[in-house]
Amino acid sequence: MAILSLAWKSLLNRRFTALLTLLSIALSVTLLVGVERLRTEARASFANTLSGTDLIVGARSGPVQLLLYSVFRIGDATNNLSWESYQDIAVHPKVAWTVPISLGDSHRGFRVLGTTEAYFEHYRYGRDRRLSFEEGQPFSDLYDAVLGAEVADTLGYQIGDAIIVAHGAGEVSFAKHDDKPFRVLGILERTGTPVDRTVHVSLEAIEAIHVDWQSGAPIPGLSISADQARAMDLTPKAITAFLVGLESKIATFQVQRFVNEYPEEPLLAILPGVALSQLWDLIGVAENALLIVSAFVVVVGLFGMLTALLTSLNERRREMAILRSVGARPGHVFALIMGEAGVLTLLGVLSGMALLYLALIVGQPLIESRFGIFVPIGGPTPYEWVLLGAVIAAGFLVGSIPSYRAYCLSLADGLAVRI
Amino acid sequence: MVIDIKGLQFRWQPSAPLVLAIEDLTVGPGEHLFIKGPSGSGKSTLLSLISGVATATVGTVRVIDQELEQLGSVDRDHFRADHIGYIFQMFNLIPYLSVVDNVTLPCRFSASRRAKARARGKDLHAEARRLLEHLDMDHADLHQRAVTTLSVGQQQRVAAARALIGSPELLIADEPTSSLDADRRESFIRLLFDECRASGATLVFVSHDASLEHLFDRAIDLAVVNRSVQDALGERGGL
Repeated sequence: MAILSLAWKSLLNRRFTALLTLLSIALSVTLLVGVERLRTEARASFANTLSGTDLIVGARSGPVQLLLYSVFRIGDATNNLSWESYQDIAVHPKVAWTVPISLGDSHRGFRVLGTTEAYFEHYRYGRDRRLSFEEGQPFSDLYDAVLGAEVADTLGYQIGDAIIVAHGAGEVSFAKHDDKPFRVLGILERTGTPVDRTVHVSLEAIEAIHVDWQSGAPIPGLSISADQARAMDLTPKAITAFLVGLESKIATFQVQRFVNEYPEEPLLAILPGVALSQLWDLIGVAENALLIVSAFVVVVGLFGMLTALLTSLNERRREMAILRSVGARPGHVFALIMGEAGVLTLLGVLSGMALLYLALIVGQPLIESRFGIFVPIGGPTPYEWVLLGAVIAAGFLVGSIPSYRAYCLSLADGLAVRI
Repeated sequence: MVIDIKGLQFRWQPSAPLVLAIEDLTVGPGEHLFIKGPSGSGKSTLLSLISGVATATVGTVRVIDQELEQLGSVDRDHFRADHIGYIFQMFNLIPYLSVVDNVTLPCRFSASRRAKARARGKDLHAEARRLLEHLDMDHADLHQRAVTTLSVGQQQRVAAARALIGSPELLIADEPTSSLDADRRESFIRLLFDECRASGATLVFVSHDASLEHLFDRAIDLAVVNRSVQDALGERGGL
């Protein structure tokens, strides 16, 4: 106990370097636990990019590919599926609802998605959260568009603005559907999902802008105006994919088999949750790398302490000789340095956690609105306790190096002061 | 006898040269012994042996009737804490402790000195202040100041108070006055004498400054007593 109070007073005396050391440990702990907490929540939020949907159905390809283009708007479908097949599956007795989606066009780099009002009713993300409108309402007219939050933010659109849809998914497109401009009728609230980067229009609108097109180019000599198109039959011939909600989850595999064995057309039904976690396993490497990097930051922080303690030893040899002269054993000297390392580590971990909670309180609303990740402010999880325990253990381990060196020095020096 | 050295030989390592060889050296209770020795005459080694940091290679060192060679290193550290007060040449104080905490430092390591100090004063702090007062360090503001801002003379008096607290039987002073002005040396030594007399402590005072010799009951010249030095000097051509 006597030694610990000496260690404390000694740290207070060198409070500037001690504070810097403590700060570097604290920040590294904040980073470590913060990364751990964020990645846990990012994983959960990723798995909930699409929730409430039991199956995604598309033309037969790979599960991850279907997920990528139907949910993340990345890449393109190799094939569409016919409207008849869609109608057929939609009336399956176990199917409660379906949301058709049609992709292929874009607006200044953002994908345009053709769908129905059912999209706004049934689409769920996160923990069963539904889409809500920041402004406006779902499309009602043929040439209405609903923008995701990021589209509106990035391009500075407001309700009533006119937008031109371009053919194809590229950032720069020369084939534009400029004869049929859309009007922004609604802007969705930010979700932190790919919905934010999507321009939503009706299926019929997708059909309408392509009535005078064939094979990705306008048919020469044929021009149907926006108003003329209204009079035509705009039932789509094909869609890209559709989301399926079931009456009961028990029927999931039954309906999945029904789709996969559908005789008229090769189709694929995937369980979004399973496909999402498969995809996460692919990209989760980065997340692990991040945790490893922050673990190394902790090691660097502890090395800072090691350096600070080791460099102080030489100038403290006199202090050790004085302690030895009043009866301190070399073991006491070991305990003195160890006490300092322990105090620095423990206080570092404590203030690191305090910093983390402060950052969470400040950053929670920001992270949620920006990335759609809700980071709960709870006590440490068991895994976080393990991480903290490991940091403390590492701190003591690192502290034992200068402590042992001080032990050896005081044993060798005795009462002689050699500087 | 407080110190009783018989047939002592010491080398730091078995293969290292002999640094100290003393046939017979005794110091009685209450005695004030002056050990004169130029640097390199083996005084640090002798003090290490008396204070139990090192042990004799051959022969015995008895301090207050305790043969130090028979104690383990932990027990020797305890023994030093309980029975010996030590004053260094300079920089005696722990920079991060207050004046009073520096004085009471030995009481953290020795229960018996803590008990004796408490018995003399009201508590440890009162006893520390009493000793500081006796050593002409009675200005209250001195006690508040960081020890690093004290003058060298003041630091040495704080060190003396620390060596004296809890009345150890033996006081070892390793050139405590070499950093003081000539006129302050004598007054410091007289203060030390007074306190040693008051507590009945034996004083072993080491210095290369022969001008202080006359103040002491007895003086020995380590260069004469230590036969290993004479040998070494002989080898080097009487340097």
